[in-house]
Amino acid sequence: MQISKAEVEKVAKLARLEITEAEKEAFTKQLSDILTYVEQLKTWDTRGVEPTASVLDQTNVFREDKARASLPAEKALANAPESEAGFFGVPKILEDR
Amino acid sequence: MSLHKLTLHELQDQFTTGEVTAREIVYAYSIRINQVEPKVKAFITQHKESAMAQAEALDQKLKAWRRTMPLMGMPLAIKDNICTESVLTTCASRILGNFVPPYDASVIALLRGQGYLLLGKTNLDEFAMGSSTENSAFGPSRNPWNLSYVPGGSSGGSAAAVAADECVAALGSDTGGSIRQPAACCGVVGLKPTYGRVSRYGLVAFASSLDQIGPITKDVTDAAILLNVIAGHDPLDSTSADVLVPDYTRALKKKDLKKLKIGVPREYFAEGIDPEVEQAVREAIEELKRLGGEIKDVSLPTTGAAIATYYVIATAEASSNLARYDGVRYGLRSKQMKDLLEMYMKTRQEGFGPEVKRRIMLGTYALSAGYYDAYYGKAQAVRTLIRKDFEAAFQEVDLIVTPVMPTTAFKLGEKIADPLQMYLSDIYTISVNLAGVPAISLPCGFSKAGLPIGLQIVGRPFQEDTVLRGAYAYEQATNWRVKRPSIR
Repeated sequence: MQISKAEVEKVAKLARLEITEAEKEAFTKQLSDILTYVEQLKTWDTRGVEPTASVLDQTNVFREDKARASLPAEKALANAPESEAGFFGVPKILEDR
Repeated sequence: MSLHKLTLHELQDQFTTGEVTAREIVYAYSIRINQVEPKVKAFITQHKESAMAQAEALDQKLKAWRRTMPLMGMPLAIKDNICTESVLTTCASRILGNFVPPYDASVIALLRGQGYLLLGKTNLDEFAMGSSTENSAFGPSRNPWNLSYVPGGSSGGSAAAVAADECVAALGSDTGGSIRQPAACCGVVGLKPTYGRVSRYGLVAFASSLDQIGPITKDVTDAAILLNVIAGHDPLDSTSADVLVPDYTRALKKKDLKKLKIGVPREYFAEGIDPEVEQAVREAIEELKRLGGEIKDVSLPTTGAAIATYYVIATAEASSNLARYDGVRYGLRSKQMKDLLEMYMKTRQEGFGPEVKRRIMLGTYALSAGYYDAYYGKAQAVRTLIRKDFEAAFQEVDLIVTPVMPTTAFKLGEKIADPLQMYLSDIYTISVNLAGVPAISLPCGFSKAGLPIGLQIVGRPFQEDTVLRGAYAYEQATNWRVKRPSIR
């Protein structure tokens, strides 16, 4: 499976990864190689086979609907690159118009 | 006295009887680390001083109160993708280069409850993605048996630290072989428990349906002791299983394998296996037979599909799990940005290394519109076939034995330029994660070049006790553990 540089650019954007020109070249080749290798999955007959998302025979796991202590705000914010008045800070999202 | 040479259970004996103090233990390990760490580079951060402070407090406490728990005073190393409260946890990534977790992983809370001593956080391939530790943002670790070889990965730092006697035991994590393969490369014991046996709460997620924490130790007894502490249900991990935890050390009472049926999957001895590895593993199988095991030929026909299946499922899950690194709540934030989108794009560009980017790309592609069924859906269906293979084999046998990897450890730099070649070195370990079953890696010989060879023993879900029994009988009947690396 050969993928194009344009596809690599599209996937990088979906993944929110800025990639350099050199990375684009390298990924186009490497991802094509890996996807070619992965093509062999087609040779396995999986008609009527249920997919495995988890090996455990669990359905939903619920806890009691009871309030409990959580991480205090200052601890939760301690690793934030930017925070203000108990909030995470990010660059301006809305334009001034 | 060379305390650093002791196994965990030997050190435990000396500590319990009061023959050595916690202070003496940390002192001995500090000296050892200072001696060999510049060569081995097993740690990302060392915590000898805080370990010493804890040790002194522990010794004080024990003056009045002489009851010890199994891991009390035991100096351990922890893979740096397991969260330790107030202690830097980097995942060997620039993106988490300054991350100080505000909480402990559940396994760490259990160790702390026992009074363990944290000597340091060990190196890994960035986000546990790799088979050599060469993908660490902080440089590779070295194989103590030969410093120009890799220690394996991704838990290469933990395996190297145990092999080099820089800690008495360690924790690693295993998504596609990341405990067992480095254990084999470094000549130590590594156990990947059944999926759900050990809580993943606080383990930085790579591929959530495959990840599992487990011990890396100097012998099988130590693996059982550590598993006793970390196994069990945890309400904080919805995928942890509510299955009774036996005392795993009880599995070590028997030194024979009578009444055990042991399967040898023919697909694991096909093309591509190094003759020295094959010979060592075949001799180990002969030994298992001498010990009373009934050896049977079994087939796992989907073995050839495992790597392709894994690299779709693991990367898909990784691309989703690693979406959280966006420069908002923790970790790196790029300084060059005009708006929010650019902040995400540049932060992730600067923060992730090449292998992590490659896997995020692959996983994003496999999950993207138009390709989901062809890749992710297909891989999940093939995963079912792989599980069924193991279920069928375990109808006939109690344990399955295989090599851990097709070769011994490779040289630094040998495979880094070709990601697919690196992936192929995981051929014997990956199916075990996809099937969710437990497996151990333990030494079964050395190559002519003096590098360790590993034997893998796989069991039924939640039958770690049988796996440990098989491994223990083999270990006691052989003498590989006696040979130690001379680090130079």
